Amino acid sequence: MDHIISVIVENKFGVLSRVAGLFSGRGFNIESLSVAPTLDPSMSMMTIVTTGDDRIIEQIVKQLNKLIDVIKVVDLNESEFVERETALIKVHTKPEDRAEALRIADIFRASVVDSTPTTYTIEITGDTNKIEAIINLLQPLGIKELARTGRVAIAREPVRPAATQPKRVAKD
Amino acid sequence: MKLTGAEIFLECLKREGVKTLFALPGGVVLKIFDILHQQKDVNVILTRHEQGAGHMAEGYAKATGKAGVCLVTSGPGMTNVITALADAYMDSVPLVCFSGQVPTSLIGNDAFQEADNIGLSRPCTKYNFLVKDVNDLAVTIKEAFYVATTGRPGPVLVDIPKDVSMNRTDFKYPGSVSIRGYNPTYDGNKWQIKQAAEAIMKARKPILYVGGGVIFSGASEELLELAELTHIPVDMTLMALGAFPGEHPLSMGMLGMHGTYWANMAMHYSDLVIAVGARFDDRVTGKVSEFCPQAKVIHIDIDPTSIRKNVNVDIPIVGDCKSVLRELVQILRATVNGDQKDLRKPWLDQIREWQRAHPLAYEQDPNGDIKPQHLIKRIYELTKDRDPIVATDVGQHQMWSAQYFKLAKPNRWLTSGGLGTMGFGFPAAMGAQAAFPGKLVLCIAGDGSFQMNTQELATAVVSKLPVKVFIVNNRFHGMVRQWQDLFYEGRYAASYLDKTPDFVKLAEAYGAVGLRASKMSEVDDVIREAMAVDKPVLIDVPVYQYENCYPMIPAGGCNHEMILTDPPELKKKQSAGAKVAGEDKDTVLTA
Ligand SMILES: Cc1cc2nc3c(=O)[nH]c(=O)nc-3n(C[C@H](O)[C@H](O)[C@H](O)COP(=O)(O)OP(=O)(O)OC[C@H]3O[C@@H](n4cnc5c(N)ncnc54)[C@H](O)[C@@H]3O)c2cc1C
Ligand SMILES: Cc1ncc(C[n+]2csc(CCOP(=O)(O)OP(=O)(O)O)c2C)c(N)n1
Ligand SMILES: [Mg+2]
Repeated sequence: MDHIISVIVENKFGVLSRVAGLFSGRGFNIESLSVAPTLDPSMSMMTIVTTGDDRIIEQIVKQLNKLIDVIKVVDLNESEFVERETALIKVHTKPEDRAEALRIADIFRASVVDSTPTTYTIEITGDTNKIEAIINLLQPLGIKELARTGRVAIAREPVRPAATQPKRVAKD
Repeated sequence: MKLTGAEIFLECLKREGVKTLFALPGGVVLKIFDILHQQKDVNVILTRHEQGAGHMAEGYAKATGKAGVCLVTSGPGMTNVITALADAYMDSVPLVCFSGQVPTSLIGNDAFQEADNIGLSRPCTKYNFLVKDVNDLAVTIKEAFYVATTGRPGPVLVDIPKDVSMNRTDFKYPGSVSIRGYNPTYDGNKWQIKQAAEAIMKARKPILYVGGGVIFSGASEELLELAELTHIPVDMTLMALGAFPGEHPLSMGMLGMHGTYWANMAMHYSDLVIAVGARFDDRVTGKVSEFCPQAKVIHIDIDPTSIRKNVNVDIPIVGDCKSVLRELVQILRATVNGDQKDLRKPWLDQIREWQRAHPLAYEQDPNGDIKPQHLIKRIYELTKDRDPIVATDVGQHQMWSAQYFKLAKPNRWLTSGGLGTMGFGFPAAMGAQAAFPGKLVLCIAGDGSFQMNTQELATAVVSKLPVKVFIVNNRFHGMVRQWQDLFYEGRYAASYLDKTPDFVKLAEAYGAVGLRASKMSEVDDVIREAMAVDKPVLIDVPVYQYENCYPMIPAGGCNHEMILTDPPELKKKQSAGAKVAGEDKDTVLTA
């Protein structure tokens, strides 16, 4: 099963290669990895998608924690989380296919972000299934280029049981 | 007043209490050497190869428990020291290595003698720093010593570009540093420690499996208290020798691939393994699926990644050995009552029986050749009163030394375990000697291994490091030959060492003392003679060539299935081969 691990690291040079080196050196898989600064610009957040049995995931989490530039590691699979990925898909469109391309984009609530007489570039955001699904449908038309961000994820805020939630009383 | 980077470097070393620096110069570190040349606080030992500098720093660190420090130049200086860094990383040796780098403006330009020091050392250091600005130098050095010596110790590299060593700034040394991503855990979880105490009280056949962590942590006293209080026998890893007194009745000696029969049997049949600062290396576990089948496992280790890496653990305790053992002893002292000794008797009797059945043994050679075990045993017996520090190289002689040296105290044993680096012993011994000038420092070397760092004879002579190096000279890569005997039908591919130099003359050529024992009757005398000399001594001892080291658990084998002596067909072959080896290389190669 895919595991999503979110890692807060020092935002300085060389940190990415330490993390990547850890995965390659120890033979762990990386399915995808995305990095960007956090609100605090001295830190970055990496979202790493990896696979492995429980013992391997435990080692990955511990080994990441051991890196001195790693500030915090959260194994998102331990709780509920939301994940999203964005893809930019450049599709070849023959005149007779243009309507079909738009229809597919519409079904997935994707948007067209660039258009030429022979191509559309479609932007889609969603979970992996959704992205894979639209790619599958667009493929027969001819995908010219594809850029995916890799997954990012965030833990869901725990929802307090209804009884403990403050009651809202409607005015008038 | 503003100081140059080079002066700051020196000030920092002084603040860190560094007395000895193992170093070899080059263009980009000349400014630093120039400053070192004009002072007396730090003793600079010029080595003949950067690998030597690295291993000397390791020997220094292992013997003192403090960080060892070395300094190398950019490019080839750096690549030469990599082996020592990798060695220190595997064996968790606290080391601070300074490397020179091309000026910051040239980094990345393929400048003369440029290497990506940070990239090269990343996988074999605990951490590394590139100092790009002289204003960061002092705090970086402070951080380097802090990281190297705390938590699970390890090597740290500080890469200093030439301009950083020349630029000036105000010097301020921070009293302490903290790094937000680095917070080692020293105190164990109290609840887990209580669980461990309960498990110990319930166990019938417990065994302490102790590793190098006990030595790094300085926890020998606590370990002794725990063992004596509970009458639990102690198995030591190769890295732990000396952590528990080798001649103590509860000491089982070394376990693992070449460990004693009884240490391995005790492990295999135990019902509770108490691992203390040991990392379940494959040379110890053998076949993991059949490792200690009946045992619960308690694992005390400061590094969470060591826990459950190879073996499932029932009671993990992340923390420093000393602190955790102290607490464990406290709890146990309140619960243990007088009958521990009786309670443990059946188990200890069983172990004694294993010991009687298969003690460490060897036969003297009927032709009068010196057996390597005999030599090593005599070195131990004749030197033990002087509480020597013992370094080894890698191979059969290393394993025999581990079996026969029953060290009484920690920090006396310098060996390369994780990386198994041939050539480690001699420079490591010199590093220890530099730390303790008055002490007897021995090196048990292999004829193959010694030739990997022979050049340091010059350093030993010039820097007056009177180490005593015994070459267990079997004219073979003995350990390789042993595997070829056992697993490759005796085809000695590239394991025979033809044309070994005359080590006595070699020593003399460097200005050291060379001695030799050729007959059994000369062994004791040569050991005594070497000890009496206050100079580096190289003692060549040609030994019986075909001796194999037992017990042995073949790689991936089960711990209770040890090979205890040569298989019979092998014995025959050896007695036929023994006559020709040494004279006729071709015969040996096709034997
Ligand atoms: C030819 C050859 C043969 C070998 N045969 C054997 C053999 O028969 N038997 C054998 O045992 N080894 C053998 N070895 C060595 C083996 O490869 C390993 O190096 C060794 O077993 C590891 O020892 P260790 O478990 O004590 O770990 P170390 O490498 O010493 O690691 C120490 C452990 O303690 C932890 N630690 C560090 N500081 C602290 C602290 N303050 N508090 C708590 N924990 C701490 C670390 O995190 C680590 O997990 C052999 C090596 C060679 C080259
Ligand atoms: C640098 C290095 N290269 C190769 C090896 C593989 N190796 C392990 S033991 C050994 C032979 C060691 O020979 P020697 O030093 O003579 O010791 P002996 O086994 O004969 O006692 C070799 C080649 C190693 N451990 N280190
Ligand atoms: Mg040899």
